[in-house]
Amino acid sequence: MEQITILSSSEAPISVSNKLVIKFREFLPKKGYFISLFKNAGISILSMVVFLLIWQFGSAYLYNIEAQVKIEKAMSAGGATAAKEVEACIHSGAVSCQPNTLPSPSQVWIALQSLITDHQIIREKKAAFYAKVSATNAQRKSEGLKAIKYTGRPSFVDQILTSLKTVLVGFIIALLIAVPIGIIIGLNSNLRTAFNWLIQIFKPVSPVVWLLLVFMIVKTLTLNSDLDTSFIISSISVGLCAMWATLVNTSVGVSSVNRDYLNVAKVLNLGLFKKIFKVILPSAIPLIFVGLRITVSVAWMVLIAIELLAQSPGLGSFVWEEFQNGANDSNAKIIVAMFVIGVIGFMLDRIMFYIQRSASFEKTLA
Amino acid sequence: MSNNIVEFKNVSKWYGEGEDRFEVLSNINLTIKEGEFLAIVGFTGSGKTTLINLISGLLEPNEGVVLFNGKPIKGTSPARGIVFQNYSLLPWLNVYENVAMAVNAVYPDWERKRRDDRIREYIEMVNLTPAIDKKPGELSGGMRQRVSVARVLATDPELLLMDEPLGALDALTRGNLQGEILNIWSANKRTALLITNDVDEGILMADRIIPLNPGPNATLGPEFIVEIERPRDKTDLNMNTQYKNVRRDLLNYLVELGDASKLSRSQDYKLPDLRPLLPDGRMFIYKKHG
Repeated sequence: MEQITILSSSEAPISVSNKLVIKFREFLPKKGYFISLFKNAGISILSMVVFLLIWQFGSAYLYNIEAQVKIEKAMSAGGATAAKEVEACIHSGAVSCQPNTLPSPSQVWIALQSLITDHQIIREKKAAFYAKVSATNAQRKSEGLKAIKYTGRPSFVDQILTSLKTVLVGFIIALLIAVPIGIIIGLNSNLRTAFNWLIQIFKPVSPVVWLLLVFMIVKTLTLNSDLDTSFIISSISVGLCAMWATLVNTSVGVSSVNRDYLNVAKVLNLGLFKKIFKVILPSAIPLIFVGLRITVSVAWMVLIAIELLAQSPGLGSFVWEEFQNGANDSNAKIIVAMFVIGVIGFMLDRIMFYIQRSASFEKTLA
Repeated sequence: MSNNIVEFKNVSKWYGEGEDRFEVLSNINLTIKEGEFLAIVGFTGSGKTTLINLISGLLEPNEGVVLFNGKPIKGTSPARGIVFQNYSLLPWLNVYENVAMAVNAVYPDWERKRRDDRIREYIEMVNLTPAIDKKPGELSGGMRQRVSVARVLATDPELLLMDEPLGALDALTRGNLQGEILNIWSANKRTALLITNDVDEGILMADRIIPLNPGPNATLGPEFIVEIERPRDKTDLNMNTQYKNVRRDLLNYLVELGDASKLSRSQDYKLPDLRPLLPDGRMFIYKKHG
């Protein structure tokens, strides 16, 4: 049989040096890459400016309404002089008579800076505290007592870290419950039927209800221990709320393995375990990771609501406390928290996206 | 007279029961002799894949019995290796791992080194050593099918089943792979069963060709013996009188079959006589395109 040149040339072995050059080229931007990058960045910046302008005008409009109402109230209560006083007070920018409404972008920016300085102050306080009690703590340790902990107010950054920790623990709980159960019910259609009602009924249950359920159970179980109950409750609730996507995706991925792959396993007479670990699970992995990605974003979204209710420290309780607090910059701090929540949620989703992409085997090469 | 490696005895296969019963194969009798290369030619949807799956053990007959080396076929076995129509490579494994999976499953007692040698030997045999660590997604159709062939051959099956292995490939790759499969086959003379819809491919590769009459209720047609000497060269074949005769007879038979199955739906549809209503005096000007 004659070799056909078209074929043999396209499948010819590439020498090592050529391969390196090709590898290197992949990292270099393609032609026109920078132009499209600048264009996209320009569009994004422009839309941000438009967004900030709308926000600015909107907040100014709301501010004026609020101020007007305040003046009119003073007018009806104390007459013209009182109204004049209130108006002057508002214009002077004094904290006591600021209208309570949507903060403007600049107020939010100031609130962000104050949160950061607040964090630095608290960190210094904390360090000073530990420096002060280090000798006592060392002594207590030698006596077998617990070390004295800093019990002051957590800073905004501390709250973020607590939230991330909660969501991580919740995610691990979801992973440990949903993936094994998903695999087992994916393999057996009878089990799938048995679990179906449970999944369908519990999947749409609101995070708040989950929290209360977990609260009922965990509260009793941790009656006589000094564990961090609110942290346990909120992370378990987050896990229970967020695990459904992974559970469903895993069982679908496992149960819908391509028949061809199963035929290969059959013809080779693979044992059950080999079939599961060499054929079924690898082929289900992309779907499992899609489920995990959804789980992470649901977990983050649900976390805020759960923290808000569970009184466990974190971004959710930060928002709630600021709302209850009613200080003049509370609203601005809430908006800061909103942006932080959004940015962290976006970053978590990106991380999961890259993990998911690296787990997927059906990559199309350009 | 060599032994019969596969024997079909009055085999029928249907899907569904009662009203919905759809009989794909009816009353098939077929023997495959040891060491021969048999091709089964048929139209798409005539039950060729069902036939080959009965031998591989992926399907069981509803009536009759399929014997392999004199014993009824129960379940699948690596002794009857199959090259699937759509390659069926595991996309998360690279070329080496795909072949290794089969070798490890069939020869679990071999030392690691011996298995490794065998895997590499068969990958080399299908000329894929340069692509040994590529995933199926990065390979062309022809290369994928070669991996599939290597995977089956590496387990040294007594009977090599090929279910339209080259059906999805372009003509050039197809010709190339036909040659490669023939070379490998002639090197160790395994029994081979090729399912194809390409008459020329059947004549080029097989010792014996049996057409499968189109289903439902598919039956086997008369056999056509190809006694052209091996190795066969594709270009020389065109001059070969025996090739021409077999080809003519086979094509005639298949064309008759095709006509017979078409007769039942020769209904004449009458189109309504529609004319556009044009307003008086209006002209339509058609612009001419470049």
